[in-house]
Amino acid sequence: MSTPLVDIRDVSHRFGQHSVLKNVSLTIEPGSYTILLGPSGSGKTTLLSILGGFVSPSEGKVFIRGQDCTFVPPARRPTTTVFQDYALFPHMSVGANVGFGLRMRGVDGATRAAKVREALALVGLAAAFDKKPHQLSGGQRQRVALARALVVEPAVLLLDEPLGALDLKLRRQMQDELKAIQKRVGTAFVHVTHDQEEAMALADHCVVMNDGRIEDEGPPERVYARPATRFSATFMGESTILAGTVTEAKNGTIAVATSAGAVSLPGALQQGTTVALAIRPEHLVLGAASGAVALGQATIGDVVFQGSFKRVLATSALDPALQFIAKAPASAKVRAGDTIAVSCDASDIILLAN
Amino acid sequence: MRAFTRIAAWCYALAVYGFIFLPVVVLVLFSLQSTSFPIPPFTGPSLRWYQAVLSDTRLTSALVNSLLVASISSAAAVTLGFLSAWGFARFHLPGSALLRGLITLPLTVSYLIIGMGLLVLFNSASVPKSLLAAGIGHVVINLPLCFAIIYSQMGDHQINIERAARDLGAPEWKVLLLITVPVMAPAIFAAFFLSMTFSWDEFVISFLLTRFDTTLPVEIWNLLRSGLNPKTNAVGSLVFAVSIVLVVFFELTLLRRKPA
Amino acid sequence: MNTAQNNGHALRWALVAPALGWTLLFFVLPFIAMGLSSLTAHEGGGFTLSNYSQFFTNASYWQAMVNSLQVTAIVTVVSVLLAYPFAWILAEMVPVRWQRLALMLAVLPFWTSYVVRSYSWLLVLAQNGVVNRALTGSGLISEPLQLANTRLATTIGFVHFFVMLLTLTIFANLKQLSPSYRRAAADLGAGPVRTFLHVVLPLTLPGIMVGAFLTFVLCIGDYITPQILGGNNELVMPQLVMMQIGRRGDFPLASALSIILMVVVTAAYLACARWLKIERT
Repeated sequence: MSTPLVDIRDVSHRFGQHSVLKNVSLTIEPGSYTILLGPSGSGKTTLLSILGGFVSPSEGKVFIRGQDCTFVPPARRPTTTVFQDYALFPHMSVGANVGFGLRMRGVDGATRAAKVREALALVGLAAAFDKKPHQLSGGQRQRVALARALVVEPAVLLLDEPLGALDLKLRRQMQDELKAIQKRVGTAFVHVTHDQEEAMALADHCVVMNDGRIEDEGPPERVYARPATRFSATFMGESTILAGTVTEAKNGTIAVATSAGAVSLPGALQQGTTVALAIRPEHLVLGAASGAVALGQATIGDVVFQGSFKRVLATSALDPALQFIAKAPASAKVRAGDTIAVSCDASDIILLAN
Repeated sequence: MRAFTRIAAWCYALAVYGFIFLPVVVLVLFSLQSTSFPIPPFTGPSLRWYQAVLSDTRLTSALVNSLLVASISSAAAVTLGFLSAWGFARFHLPGSALLRGLITLPLTVSYLIIGMGLLVLFNSASVPKSLLAAGIGHVVINLPLCFAIIYSQMGDHQINIERAARDLGAPEWKVLLLITVPVMAPAIFAAFFLSMTFSWDEFVISFLLTRFDTTLPVEIWNLLRSGLNPKTNAVGSLVFAVSIVLVVFFELTLLRRKPA
Repeated sequence: MNTAQNNGHALRWALVAPALGWTLLFFVLPFIAMGLSSLTAHEGGGFTLSNYSQFFTNASYWQAMVNSLQVTAIVTVVSVLLAYPFAWILAEMVPVRWQRLALMLAVLPFWTSYVVRSYSWLLVLAQNGVVNRALTGSGLISEPLQLANTRLATTIGFVHFFVMLLTLTIFANLKQLSPSYRRAAADLGAGPVRTFLHVVLPLTLPGIMVGAFLTFVLCIGDYITPQILGGNNELVMPQLVMMQIGRRGDFPLASALSIILMVVVTAAYLACARWLKIERT
């Protein structure tokens, strides 16, 4: 394997007494779209700031294109950042904003103007060259910030919650455009977000972070289908979590005793191991057409119509502490107060070691 | 009842306006007096006292002195205030809150006491009284003001804008000249303008720290020794007129600069 | 926020050092000089506490402080009471598009020179000035009143200035108040009077306190207004201080009196400190 574009090795960071990153290592491949996903306080923004050179880590090293960049200031790194508040220069026109990086690199006026126009065309804002930032909408400012960061042809583009300030509809639209632009320019993007839908839609490589650590990383399909930890099973999409103990293990199959009954599934764990089983909402079957693994009866507490489906919350009759989160078809006749059988297929159960 | 309260409120407002304008109207009216006492009955209009003011070299040179002291001391106060505000907003400095407190401390002390302190210090160090000494005092009173105004406008957004410039390859001095100063221009401008007005109108420090060459307020004070005099009215009216023109000018230009 | 280390420690101190140096050299050091001077005998120059003890033993010095405090207290209270309703009328009853103009007019005399403003009141209040002419002319009084060179004149001069200042601060305060508060109070059944008493007034109180404190500090330290309008009949502290320098060249006593005045202002500051926070937006 060739050297990765970015190699973060054993990075830790503290703000005063507070440890925000704990021994994080991560590699980023050329041309990839990496998403750092996590709740606020998970350390994802700090990690991005370390990559951008705005923060020097307390420990560890950052290599970009094989060079040690740990203490290289932002200006001399092959990275550029799209800031959450866009940080457009309010006193400069859009053209001057986008051309700023080239101007700092001593590019002459004519070449600069041509490149700026090209970059603005790339983000669909060719007509905005002479406007001032305050004359643009939120989505347009976002594109200007993107063009400004891309025009200097960085090796890595860093995006700090770039869609956070946009309303939902615009967000989904910009999401598609970001992906398209990234494919076109081929630059590696590293994008921080707390929105798991955004992560699934955009990422080639999804990094789930929590409490200063990387909980899980991989292609979003894998992270969703087979999350490595309990945290990523509940943060990247919802899951019903069943706590249990392995009672029997043979021939690659284990039996787990849970509060919703005994469940047997493929696995190789020792008897007596405590485990957590996660089941995605779309894999829980409600009612008569039962799946292979019965999970007992449950009382429906809440049905929320979501357009294309209904989100159903139900409390297990066997264990009042157990909440099932299920996805029922929009046409399903489920009502609050009904008691219903819950089941699933053994192959859909995700085994999480504790 | 409703109507009665409304009428009472309007009467009250008019009465306060009357109170506020009474001395100014009297001042300006009797500056046009043609006889030697600025008291009723009104005998004008006449411009003789304005002529007297403009041909009085003591007053005109005091006016030039005032302008010089105000502009130079304000420029110094804004420069020091801007640099320190930038330093405090951008960097984490040990004891930052305490040091910021120290810089703003003179705001809570009377001008008289600041002037007294400088007088005692300069006296014991045998520094002679001069316009320069008064200018130093004016920087002392205006620096905290400039610092507070500019510092309060340096929010996190401002910090991010500078980061973006640095990220795109700008060296420190270019960040300062191309980004920070232009973006902060309204605050810098407001601080300078306010500083100018305070210095322009300051009396007690100039009174204590200057001797022969002095500023306009001190020269007007000297005029007062001759009692009520339409010449004083004329000087006062002139200062008032110039200030109004400046205020209206700044109001219009600042308003026009504001984005919709 | 941590910036990359190589941005240098030197730069960060270089930025703040000039301002700190200036403050230390021309504010803190003079203060120390004044403190030392206040402990020095005017004649001979040895160490003494007599400059301070004089203040407590000499009745006329003590009286100046009493005068200062009385004038300042009256001015502060009267100015707030006059300015609040005025600012309220400007903010609530004047149509929004005229408010800026109305406010600019209300503070227009700010732009006359401070010395000239006091002088103007002298014109108004003089023996044969406008007020006395109007009163005698209308037959209300037969002999002109002694208005100038009294404590009343000082008070009027001060109130004139501080009504303008407080109108500005209180107006800004009232405008910052979100209209939702008032709507919420009205929605919950409070009438205009109760809305004002229970919602508007408490919410603008911190602003009033800031304005009142400013009035206090500026008023108690001012020399011009009492000197021009009050004359030498009832001295206040700043007049007393200036007198020591002017007539007698007694710097030590002037220093001691200045320090006593500052202690009083500091005590007032500490008393209102919780309302007076300068915050970064």
